[in-house]
Amino acid sequence: MAQSQVRQLRRKSFPFHILVFLAPGLLIYFVFMCIPLLDSLRLGLFATDGGVEQFVGLDNFVRLTSDPDWAPRFWSALGHSLVFFLINMLVQNPIALLLAALLASMGRSGAVYRTLIFAPTVLSLVITAFLWSLLLSPLWGLPKTILTPIGLAAFARPWLGLESTALPTLALMSIWQFIGVPVILYYAALIAIPNDFVEAAYVDGATGWDVFWRIKLPLILPVVGIVALMTFIFNFNAFDVVYAVKGALAGPNFASDTMMTFFYRTFFGYELQQPNPTMGAAIAGTSFAILMVGALFYIFVWQRRTQTYEM
Amino acid sequence: MMTKPVILFKTILFVLLIAAIAACAPAAQPAAPTQAPAPTEGIAPTQPAPTEAAATEPAATTPASGEKASLIIESWRQDDLAVWEDKILPAFMAAHPNIEVKFQPVSNTEYSTSLATKLEAGTAGDLIMVEPFDYRLKMYQDGDLAKLNDLPGLENFSDLALSAWSTDDGAETYGVPLAAVLHGFIYNQDIFEELGLTPPTTEAEFLALLDKVKTDGKYTPLAMGTADSFVPGLLGFQLIGPNYWKGEEGRLALINGTGKFTDPAYINTWAALEDWIPYLPEGYEGVKYGDMQNLFTLGNAAVYPAGSWEVSIFNNQVGDKFKMGAFAPPVPEAGDSCYINDHMDMGMALNANAKNPEAAREFLTWLTTPEFAELWNNSLPGFFSLSNHSVEISDPLAQEFLSWRENCASTPRNSYQIISRGEPNTDGEINRLTTLVMNGQITPDEAGAEVQAGLDKWFKPQ
Repeated sequence: MAQSQVRQLRRKSFPFHILVFLAPGLLIYFVFMCIPLLDSLRLGLFATDGGVEQFVGLDNFVRLTSDPDWAPRFWSALGHSLVFFLINMLVQNPIALLLAALLASMGRSGAVYRTLIFAPTVLSLVITAFLWSLLLSPLWGLPKTILTPIGLAAFARPWLGLESTALPTLALMSIWQFIGVPVILYYAALIAIPNDFVEAAYVDGATGWDVFWRIKLPLILPVVGIVALMTFIFNFNAFDVVYAVKGALAGPNFASDTMMTFFYRTFFGYELQQPNPTMGAAIAGTSFAILMVGALFYIFVWQRRTQTYEM
Repeated sequence: MMTKPVILFKTILFVLLIAAIAACAPAAQPAAPTQAPAPTEGIAPTQPAPTEAAATEPAATTPASGEKASLIIESWRQDDLAVWEDKILPAFMAAHPNIEVKFQPVSNTEYSTSLATKLEAGTAGDLIMVEPFDYRLKMYQDGDLAKLNDLPGLENFSDLALSAWSTDDGAETYGVPLAAVLHGFIYNQDIFEELGLTPPTTEAEFLALLDKVKTDGKYTPLAMGTADSFVPGLLGFQLIGPNYWKGEEGRLALINGTGKFTDPAYINTWAALEDWIPYLPEGYEGVKYGDMQNLFTLGNAAVYPAGSWEVSIFNNQVGDKFKMGAFAPPVPEAGDSCYINDHMDMGMALNANAKNPEAAREFLTWLTTPEFAELWNNSLPGFFSLSNHSVEISDPLAQEFLSWRENCASTPRNSYQIISRGEPNTDGEINRLTTLVMNGQITPDEAGAEVQAGLDKWFKPQ
């Protein structure tokens, strides 16, 4: 017995076969992900002058944050990306948790709702963007039809066309479409909690409220962290919904311009605006750095503080 | 608790995950638009050799008798494929049996990239359709397009038409003007008859007319929205503007620096657009280009600010539902001379490395003839030929647009030549700021000051 354990330990010293299994995946990942990423970061350190690329160090980043030609657009794009993320974080995740808790308490009868809530997620974003543009159209859309009978006609505004409301409206559209993902993740975590815990709590005199806050939520906290990280990564990089509804100019008057639409116009050019790949790469590099900070925060702060329980 | 290596491993995994997601954008890098090929120094004397050769040594390249010379036209006009294949090219080939021409369009968003790539690889067609002004000037300067100054037939075009495909000083021409689009208003004749309205000639009459429609309450006076920023810029500012800045006089003044966007001409243009606000559909800030077209073609609006390319679109969509008419942009005061936005839109250039330059030049010369003008105007109503030949168009709406050329002076969009070459680009700024004016967020004076400030940052008057 003891001998075999020792042998197992010794064999565990370095499992070379794992390298063999990982190699194909890592190779593809390295060639198609790492190299382009590193090359893009490199490109951000250059500037094109009369067709010749020249190394300029961090000059692009300095211009991006302080040059009057670039800085206002950059800071507003960064701000919009943050707002877009925060709306998603603060609206999508609590609602998703609530829906998941309700679904988990419904048992099998929740299947219909589960399907309905997840359905928009599988639709193409182009379709939902078009659908919502029509629904919110001031000419033939719904807001006026719905709000007039209840005396709120004055609140029916062209939300997608006003600077003050365009970005929040886009964020809410995105939430409507993708809320199914966190709901399913929370739901899976909630139904994995053994009934014994819950029953034991009730026996001890806990209310439903107590059970949720003191037992269920602490147990699914790791999932809450994962969902928050996913929300950060996917929404800080928001591009598709803005592009599909408002186009690359992210109107009105750049009110819905995010880091990625800003990147798109800069890198590829737009209408008479000339493409500027090196500046575009600098914008992409900035986005990458911000996402990296968020991810590291998750790993070194959230994950270390969160207790994982064996259930 | 997790052990150190596990944390390390997880860290690496997460960094890679983030990298994977962030890499989506940079990974698209190879698809970046290919910038104009060829070395940058090659603008002048070193390059024109092939052009001259093409012009002076026809013998070397003319195909032997009996053998057909084949030509390919590069274009972004996929919409017009059927017209070229069924009407225009058969007419040319019937008259020139030894030349075979093919029309080979790509989508307009890909045209720039595909053309640059083909020219670099030497696989581009002999004939190249070119957008006006700054779009393809660089391609000519890089030696990819041939000089056409000596092409027979060019005398049929005005200097203005040729300027869209010439160098800044007008000395060298590289494109045969093919077509222009005109701007004006299309109106619903049935609504006009119902409400007893007649097409206006002055700004005051126009506003009175819109007011009548609004008071009646049944229809939207003006089908226009500002959700797509090119609409206020192109179908507002550029549409009515020439009457204020006196067409070419104002446009050239901007280029030589004697005119500024803060001049009364421009401020008054924006002020006139401001006057339209009460007559736009409710929630016009959220109305897109497609929405405003639908609003008009469904018969719910009286007037539509139009580009002539919409003639055939509207003919198809409206059918017999109602009758349409058109009127030129009203002048500010009765008795003012009128100007129309008559924008050069398509030209045809010759590949500097053409395989059959003689045949291609024969085709280019044919594009300058009255037969071509007749054929073109009637095959593509709404796109008007630029030669001096007078043409009758069977489509009444298109004919109405064309008739304005008789009394009004033509001028292209004022932001397309030279003054949009830097950052911020003037055309984009005009679109953006005109939208703000029409949304009631800034005053005309503020718009003028900001466009001019953007231009002053980089522009040196020529």
